[in-house]
Amino acid sequence: MDDKLVIKGIEFKSRLWIGTGKYKDFEETARAVEASGADVVTVAVRRVNIVDRKSENLLDYIDPAKYKILPNTAGCYTVEDALRYSRLAREAGVSDMIKLEVIGDEKTLFPDVIGLLKATEILAKEGFIVFPYTNDDPIMAKRLEDAGAAAVMPLGAPIGSGLGIRNPYNIKIILEAAKVPVIVDAGVGTASDAVIAMELGCDAVLINTAVADAKHPITMAEAMKHAVIAGRLAYKAGRIPKKLYATASSPIEGML
Amino acid sequence: MKIKVNGEDKETQSETVLQLLKELDIVPERVAVEVNLNIIKRADFENCRLHDNDTVEIVYFVGGGIYG
Repeated sequence: MDDKLVIKGIEFKSRLWIGTGKYKDFEETARAVEASGADVVTVAVRRVNIVDRKSENLLDYIDPAKYKILPNTAGCYTVEDALRYSRLAREAGVSDMIKLEVIGDEKTLFPDVIGLLKATEILAKEGFIVFPYTNDDPIMAKRLEDAGAAAVMPLGAPIGSGLGIRNPYNIKIILEAAKVPVIVDAGVGTASDAVIAMELGCDAVLINTAVADAKHPITMAEAMKHAVIAGRLAYKAGRIPKKLYATASSPIEGML
Repeated sequence: MKIKVNGEDKETQSETVLQLLKELDIVPERVAVEVNLNIIKRADFENCRLHDNDTVEIVYFVGGGIYG
């Protein structure tokens, strides 16, 4: 069954996207990414340490020829900062893809959707392939799509919370209205959360903390790989309706 | 000349961005550079001249997912 995710002409091998933050070291990061089967890895843009030049480079472990590097604007609280980081990321990298974050509040890390919308519009006009991290708000998802977002990335729950998909009904409404892919970003805590996102019909899931902070990150990465595949297949297969009472699966005919 | 690199004061003999990267032992292909808030294209590293009191930012990719 040909079921590839394609966004703006870019073909994605896996519907699981992986973040590279919070791992013990680069070796563990590389092993987790490998085990997850993901071909999109998100990275952050930061100052090079010019004092200690011995520090290693993430891209020595995550080969940009093998993986699609998706830089984010993590840590940006203003439109100006998000634009600055996006433009720097494009120069440092090899593609126009940007995972756009304009954070509104330190405690919740919820997006500042007004800033997000502005930044999406500007970056899309500059030719960026914009993946905005947004709330599970169907109206905002639509606005972002209209502003030129290549996909929308609603949160399942606050970043790093592991609370799962808190509002599957909103995600469903977003999916119904969206003409661009919908990728759940943030909130996944364990494999079943990823399954739920995919069963709803999401096009992909982005996971970081649930893998990186698991007791055994490599094993969790593999679990997430299977979860995303299982959820996608179940969505394609079409689930049975829920019913209050039993319906026998064995025939009555031929009974003694 | 005296410049500021990634927030640190630095005395340098480097006359261009490319020379500065070499002096700092940084592979040019892996970074993005900003001089006084203007992004310098990689192809222009060689020709972009540095001046006294310039503020240079050199960034690269680090591990990060959602909110770094």
